[in-house]
Amino acid sequence: MSGARLEEGSGGGLVDVLSGFVGELRAAGLPVSMTEHLDAMEAVGQIPLEDRVAFKYALGSTLVKNAAHWRAFETIFDVYFSPLGFIRVSVDDADGGGDRQLARAAELLDAERRDADAEMSALSAEELLELLYRALLAGDEELLAALARQAVDRFAGMEPGRPVGGTYYLYRTLRHLDLDGVRTGLMAASAAAVGVGTGSQDTEDAALSDLGERLVREEFDARIARLRRLIEAEIRRRLVADRGAQAMAKTLRKPLPEDVDFMHATQDELASLRRAIQPLTRRLAVRLARKRRHGRKGPLDFRNTVRHSLSYGGVPAEPKFRYPRPAKPEIVVIADISGSVAAFARFTLQLVHAISGQFSRVRSFVFIDGIDEVTSFFDGVEDISHAVHRVNTEADVIWVDGHSDYGHALETFWTRWGQQVTPRTSVILLGDARNNYHASQAWVVQELAKRARHLYWLNPEPRSYWDTGDSIVSQYGVFCDGVFECRNLRQLERFVEQLA
Amino acid sequence: MTDVVRPPRFESITAVRDGLRDVRYLADEGTAGVVYLADRLAKPVLVEGPAGTGKTQLAKSVAEMSGARLIRLQCYEGLDESKALYEWNYKKQLLRIQAQRVAEEQDAAGAGSWSDIEEDIFSEEFLLTRPLLEAIRATDPVVLLIDEVDRVEVETEALLLEILSDYQVSIPELGTVVATQIPLVFLTSNNTRELSEALKRRCLFLHIDYPDLEREREIVLARIPGIAEHLADQIVRIVRSIRSLELKKAPSVSETLDWARTLVLLGVESVDAEMARETLHILLKYQSDIAKAAKELGGPAPR
Repeated sequence: MSGARLEEGSGGGLVDVLSGFVGELRAAGLPVSMTEHLDAMEAVGQIPLEDRVAFKYALGSTLVKNAAHWRAFETIFDVYFSPLGFIRVSVDDADGGGDRQLARAAELLDAERRDADAEMSALSAEELLELLYRALLAGDEELLAALARQAVDRFAGMEPGRPVGGTYYLYRTLRHLDLDGVRTGLMAASAAAVGVGTGSQDTEDAALSDLGERLVREEFDARIARLRRLIEAEIRRRLVADRGAQAMAKTLRKPLPEDVDFMHATQDELASLRRAIQPLTRRLAVRLARKRRHGRKGPLDFRNTVRHSLSYGGVPAEPKFRYPRPAKPEIVVIADISGSVAAFARFTLQLVHAISGQFSRVRSFVFIDGIDEVTSFFDGVEDISHAVHRVNTEADVIWVDGHSDYGHALETFWTRWGQQVTPRTSVILLGDARNNYHASQAWVVQELAKRARHLYWLNPEPRSYWDTGDSIVSQYGVFCDGVFECRNLRQLERFVEQLA
Repeated sequence: MTDVVRPPRFESITAVRDGLRDVRYLADEGTAGVVYLADRLAKPVLVEGPAGTGKTQLAKSVAEMSGARLIRLQCYEGLDESKALYEWNYKKQLLRIQAQRVAEEQDAAGAGSWSDIEEDIFSEEFLLTRPLLEAIRATDPVVLLIDEVDRVEVETEALLLEILSDYQVSIPELGTVVATQIPLVFLTSNNTRELSEALKRRCLFLHIDYPDLEREREIVLARIPGIAEHLADQIVRIVRSIRSLELKKAPSVSETLDWARTLVLLGVESVDAEMARETLHILLKYQSDIAKAAKELGGPAPR
């Protein structure tokens, strides 16, 4: 049980695997330093290798220093150290005689599983579904795991060497299982046989009051989600066996929440973005408030210095300074909320309003081809996502056909609100400037830049797409104090921080 | 790394888990392993997670199970080295100088020179130890808890680095104080800001999240004496349900326990929707959250 064993082991198998693993973590965007890599090696030398959970946390606690990265870590870990493969790695690596038992245990486990699987493969499809239904009803973990293996075996139709992603197989498997139907069935069953589903004797509440029903439903949802994860893991395990860990990890590589592209985010990713934005705004607000207080010192406070000099016999030994009171900027956000850039506009509005305490005033305007002020939606609302929802549904932003028309929107803004832009205002324009070949009316931006303190343009498109097709960023951009590419939360956060 | 020879505190991961269970702290699968590693690798543990999931309690429980003294440093904005590390006892130093003068006047030969005094007043006798130095100098086993480390400024974090990696404190006038035994160090963070890379690199990272259903039920059963299993089961199910809503502040484990305690005191045997609604204010702390949860659980919000 020491670090020495690792190096002496057969060709340093585990050391190599670990290096590959760390490389993959880095490729996925996790910052793993050299020292952390060494720490991880030392850590795995301290724990019994057959304990997979301990092994996982030994790696996790030394390599991953940010909770948001844990999901990415787990996925890669599962690919590199899948349960069965894991035992084998540790057996290969061991050189002591005591570990032969371990090898036997692994074989035994294998054999047991094969027996169970063989038994199950004799069942017909209907019987299998029936079994699945019962396993879910009783919450039988082991049976569920076996069923997941069996389902993948039968329905996924996996072929070695076929270049298809895991999601395709997952979809095929789930289509055959009809989990929605199963769920309805489960709910009905538990309504009939009161209390069976929850596995306890809570008869009174499971007389299916609303609350009881809700709780039972959530329990089943959790079990079905568990089954889904089992199936996913099984598919992944087989793919790894087929293609090798490295290739597999590559296909699974997903951007971290802060790197997800606003314009191409999937539903899942949008959900993770929404979760990520709340702690982010809180952090940002704290940081800005601190910066404001601790930044530079103000000018010398003469009065105060003289007063304090009295205690040093008239020598101004301790100079006193005025508190700095930097003026808070006034913000006007003008956001394009048409289809492709809607998600980006939503997150920016949310972020800016969440830290509105850092600004003296925030006004928001949204447009597609018409423009509307939505500041009031955010006033006194505790739940900002609710306000954003109202922006999307209630704001009057359609003028003619509901296709982006920057020119008309900006012109309307200028005539209706232009006079309210003052030298204390910072104006932020959000959009991809894809104008559908309408007139640009760039003079509005020029006039705004003259009146306002700062004028920034944030574009959610990658820089290489700018000014291609109907994008006319640079026509507006020449008048701005800065045009920024703002494709993910990381870039957005950086911009907002330097704004305040 | 200092070469302090010391016997390991814990035999195995299982020993840690069982030990924590004995002091009624139910660790999740990773926690025991990380605590074990922290001892073996002599590295501090950075514990992060939502408020009220037992981060501070973990340090307390580890101290209790290993029979060590807990030294706690509560962090706050404006914490500096005179509060965290050490300070010279100025008053005592001044008195010492005065006393010397008096002695000199009486003794015309002028016994002591200035350098003698200087050496004298910057000796350990005049040193006030603060938590960090105390933990280093302790001869008995200690657990050092640095609570809410995210509250100090980034610059202040640097104060911690020397002690965390080398277990020593450098005092310019006195030299370097090296630990006689390596304390087990826990840092907790609520993640209100990103900690510096330098700090993170020196620590093992442990994220404690809300426990899953089974573990939370066990926690309730272990912590609330005399609660019926059936009631505990209902409580954790409802809490899970509430946590799945989008709230400003999801109920923490400690709030679950408060709620369970209240229900036991009220003599409730089974929670129905109405009962849950009326006692929601124990679980949730924002009016908007309470209204939302009440709506989801069915029926109008309580007055």
